[in-house]
Amino acid sequence: MSDVSQPTAHPPVTDWINDFDHTDPQWTDDPFPIWEELRAASPVVHTERFLGCYMPTTYEAVREIANDTEHFSSRRIIVRDVRPEVARNAAPPITSDPPVHKPAKQLLLPPFTPDAMKKLEPRMRAICNELIDGFIADGKVDAAAQYSKYIPVQAIAHMLGIPESDSDLFINWIHMILELGIKDENKLLQAVQEMSAYFRAHIEERRSKPTDDLISYLMNAKDKEGQPLEESHVLGSLRLLLIAGIDTTWSAIGSSLWHLARTPADRERLIAEPGLIPIAVEELLRAYSPVTMAREVVEETTISGCPVKAGNMVLLSFPAANRDPKMFPNADKVVIDRRENRHAAFGLGIHRCVGSNLARMEMQVALEEWLNRIPDFRLDPAGTVTWSQGTVRGPRQLPFLLGKAM
Amino acid sequence: MAGRLRVHVDPDKCQGHARCKALAPELFELDEYGNAHEAGDGTVPPGLEDKAWLAKSNCPEIAIDVIEE
Repeated sequence: MSDVSQPTAHPPVTDWINDFDHTDPQWTDDPFPIWEELRAASPVVHTERFLGCYMPTTYEAVREIANDTEHFSSRRIIVRDVRPEVARNAAPPITSDPPVHKPAKQLLLPPFTPDAMKKLEPRMRAICNELIDGFIADGKVDAAAQYSKYIPVQAIAHMLGIPESDSDLFINWIHMILELGIKDENKLLQAVQEMSAYFRAHIEERRSKPTDDLISYLMNAKDKEGQPLEESHVLGSLRLLLIAGIDTTWSAIGSSLWHLARTPADRERLIAEPGLIPIAVEELLRAYSPVTMAREVVEETTISGCPVKAGNMVLLSFPAANRDPKMFPNADKVVIDRRENRHAAFGLGIHRCVGSNLARMEMQVALEEWLNRIPDFRLDPAGTVTWSQGTVRGPRQLPFLLGKAM
Repeated sequence: MAGRLRVHVDPDKCQGHARCKALAPELFELDEYGNAHEAGDGTVPPGLEDKAWLAKSNCPEIAIDVIEE
């Protein structure tokens, strides 16, 4: 049994270089100047918080760690206050290391190829338009809570074969795991148990009535020896698909709309040149990458000349890597037609996001449908934009006024 | 005049980001897992040279070579 601890408040950060904390309100509001300060100090910085944690600050250091599965394990992928015992089959393949990683990953890849995503696209366009129908007449909207939030959750529910109407249930589990769970072990355990029970019931239903969805696909999948997967593996992968596919893309769509609301020139250009949207999506993914991952140092090594010691966690900040000016000229500017863009928003190395083709399709469709129907919008000066804390960054409140400014 | 170009994907480096397929669909193909390889022998038909360089410069894994022959 894991140790259960009460959530603790973190003291505010005064020395970012030696005491960084990605849950600090300053980081949540505006992390970019912090990353710049850390990068100027060293390619790898360290904090005593989270029982000891490093952070690579350059693209190169992030790449080195992502490609080094010998010294850096994925058995823990969220930097938290506690280090409870690692569950077997927590969420394969994201929590797997070689050699078990590859077969677990290959199992999930075929349903997420670009061609598979094309089949899902008409449903996505319909979902976006149904959501827009719900608020367009109001003249204002919370684009995070009423639009971007519901696009990925309905897409993955559709693929898994679970009711799209259970969306709020899934969103609450994810909030408990990815945000509250950093400091509150009870919340995390409760959400994991509830998710497992939910999926067990759906698996049970499919034993007598198989369906054409990802749950049946995983139930019927065979491992390398031709044996069905253990139930814990099926449940772990289902939990992963549900967790990983939702607030990540919700954040990416929200940040993109936030940028376009504040940047009329980019908005007008995308309306005039819709063919540019896929390139713009890549740049928005670079500039506002939502996902920060983690590794655990399992053997001492050196990264960009800095020694790293076993027993520490690593905050693997793809978002900070994507702001490294050595890799990206004008890294702090959104260059909406950036031609050269090796951004790491979906990770680097063997753990490249399984859902990257889904996320890209959702972002393109969400922006296309929005711009098509709502060419003019801006931040509501009477409202407040708020951002999520910790592992996934994106707007959670995004009040807009719709239509031309008077 | 530049000579003929050929593209090549290093299968050990490719992780299936599929940027090459999005930017230069004529020059790359994806397998059932979404990992990329060059179409045919990788020869770049005249007029698609820009797309070959674009695919190379957008591969996050630095898995694509453009060879000038």
